[in-house]
Amino acid sequence: MAGGLPRRIIKETQRLMAEPVPGIKAVPDEGNARYFHVIVEGPAESPFEGGTFKLELFLPEEYPMSAPKVRFMTKIYHPNIDKLGRICLDILKDKWSPALQIRTVLLSIQALLSAPNPDDPLENDVAEQWKVNEAQAIATAKQWTKMYATRG
Amino acid sequence: MEIDDDLLANSDAGTEDDDEFVELAPEQTSAMDGMDPEEFPYDVLALEQVVTLMVDIIKEVRNVVEIPATTTRILLNHFKWDKEKLIETYYESDPDRIFADAHLISPSRKVAIACSKREIKPRYSVKENGEYVCEICYASVPEQLMSGLECGHRFCISCWTHYLTTKIMDEGMGQTISCAAHNCDILVDDETVMKLLSDSHVKLKYQHLITNSFVECNRLLRWCPTPDCGHVIKGQYVSDKPVTCRCGHTFCFACGQNWHDPVKCSILRKWIKKCDDDSETSNWIAANTKECPKCRSIIEKDGGCNHMVCKKCRFDFCWVCLGPWEPHGSSWYNCNRYDEDEAKRARSAQEKSRAALQRYLFYCNRYMNHMQSLKLENKLYASVRDKMEEMQKHNMSWIEVQFLKKAVDVLCQCRQTLMHTYVFAFYLRKNNQSIIFETNQRDLEQATEQLSEYLEREITQEVLRDIKQKVQDKSRYCESRRNVLLKHVHEGYENELWEYLDNI
Ligand SMILES: [Zn+2]
Ligand SMILES: [Zn+2]
Ligand SMILES: [Zn+2]
Ligand SMILES: [Zn+2]
Ligand SMILES: [Zn+2]
Ligand SMILES: [Zn+2]
Repeated sequence: MAGGLPRRIIKETQRLMAEPVPGIKAVPDEGNARYFHVIVEGPAESPFEGGTFKLELFLPEEYPMSAPKVRFMTKIYHPNIDKLGRICLDILKDKWSPALQIRTVLLSIQALLSAPNPDDPLENDVAEQWKVNEAQAIATAKQWTKMYATRG
Repeated sequence: MEIDDDLLANSDAGTEDDDEFVELAPEQTSAMDGMDPEEFPYDVLALEQVVTLMVDIIKEVRNVVEIPATTTRILLNHFKWDKEKLIETYYESDPDRIFADAHLISPSRKVAIACSKREIKPRYSVKENGEYVCEICYASVPEQLMSGLECGHRFCISCWTHYLTTKIMDEGMGQTISCAAHNCDILVDDETVMKLLSDSHVKLKYQHLITNSFVECNRLLRWCPTPDCGHVIKGQYVSDKPVTCRCGHTFCFACGQNWHDPVKCSILRKWIKKCDDDSETSNWIAANTKECPKCRSIIEKDGGCNHMVCKKCRFDFCWVCLGPWEPHGSSWYNCNRYDEDEAKRARSAQEKSRAALQRYLFYCNRYMNHMQSLKLENKLYASVRDKMEEMQKHNMSWIEVQFLKKAVDVLCQCRQTLMHTYVFAFYLRKNNQSIIFETNQRDLEQATEQLSEYLEREITQEVLRDIKQKVQDKSRYCESRRNVLLKHVHEGYENELWEYLDNI
């Protein structure tokens, strides 16, 4: 497969550029068509509202048989996202299906920001806080959003 | 990979090639030369035969419960292939519960879901020119190249093949591969998998994966441990007896380890664990180079024979104990016996633990050494084959030269036995019988080293006809010593004469 980019990736990229997902920007890297620079806006009425979160997304050689690799670059206080920005999301792991797309992955990540799931945690301390004292956890998440995800 | 091709082509694997006069693969029929009075009854099954066996059980159950074959297979797995228990539970409790417990959708519900979903939403998009667009590769393909299951999701055949291959080869999934669509729980049935796959390696791996739990759950079935062999031994009952696979490998039916007479499975398991925990020591012992005890030059061991001659100073020494070789050929040979005196003198805790380590190193060294030699005897098969060809050129018949191969077989059997005698001895408490055992062990070891030396060195120098008698005599002697040793240990088991050290 050296050099040639599968039709699937070309078409997906074209569509992603033509009809972008609201609140999400995904741009392929100039040097590597499998690497995307992603910016997700914090969803309204979530503790992440007002923040812009940078992510990286990479399509491995086996894509779409294997899931894309996605990681938050911006620090975020979330029970399903760890210190290194790795995301605990079923469709990125065992629930991946080759019929899913970059678009559906990004939408799911946006949904995860709207509805954190402390029962399936990746970052245990954060999840604990979220369960024991949700108000405090939300306050911290807001604070982090202001500190790390707001420009200027 | 010849074995794989044989399996799939259903060819007569195991029959010998007529042109091959010097057949050096280990014997395919005899187990350990009929040591046991009663033969242990077993069959060697090829993968297809295992699949057939499994399919027969599935059929039997399906006749009673009437559910799809793949579902039955998964359900049987859930019940560890106890078909009576499955059928009983199926009728005595709620079938839907059983399906849920086995992470299956009840077949009746499955059809219902599929129908309702299909009505709500078309499961694939149609192009104007009558071709379909595959949602995985985005290619448009004619209808006959699309495929799918009862859920209605359709993808192109090449994507299906790619999908199944990834699941099987990369993720090692076989039991439960579901439809490629997101959130679709419908399982791909075995027949569809086999139809969509073309690569024989992937097919074989799939068969292996689905039969694996069948074999693993079944006490009377055991995989041959040889990598990529794929044969299964079917015993009539469970027993620690040697079985020989079609690939030539002989192993213990009860535990799967290389045949380990005279030591018992449980003791061997303990020993292997100890060696694993202490792998640094073991690796160090198994190293292939040592210093000459006299001139310190580096000596490399390239054969199984333990009689070493330093190339530089010509010193004759024993590879195992690094002592002079001379006494190894005489009656005051003592290389196999651990000297307990030092351990008895040990007073302080530190001295005691040092003595315990010394003792372990002594046995581990000898165990590892025979194992290493056994591996190196493979080289001997090659050199013996050359010799046999040479002899045939000198007017000896094929049958007349077979004694050489037979001698190497005997040598290997003796090394394998000796190797395990050190495991046995390590755990053995000293008593009158253990002293007899050590004497037997010494005699066998001495004879084995002599046979090894004949086959490795002298064979190249001697006149062809003369060596035959020598090698034959020595290998018969080795065999008899081996039988004496094994018989003694077996009698000890029967009469409960062996006492084990339990604090190690
Ligand atoms: Zn396709
Ligand atoms: Zn489906
Ligand atoms: Zn085998
Ligand atoms: Zn065993
Ligand atoms: Zn030397
Ligand atoms: Zn020695």
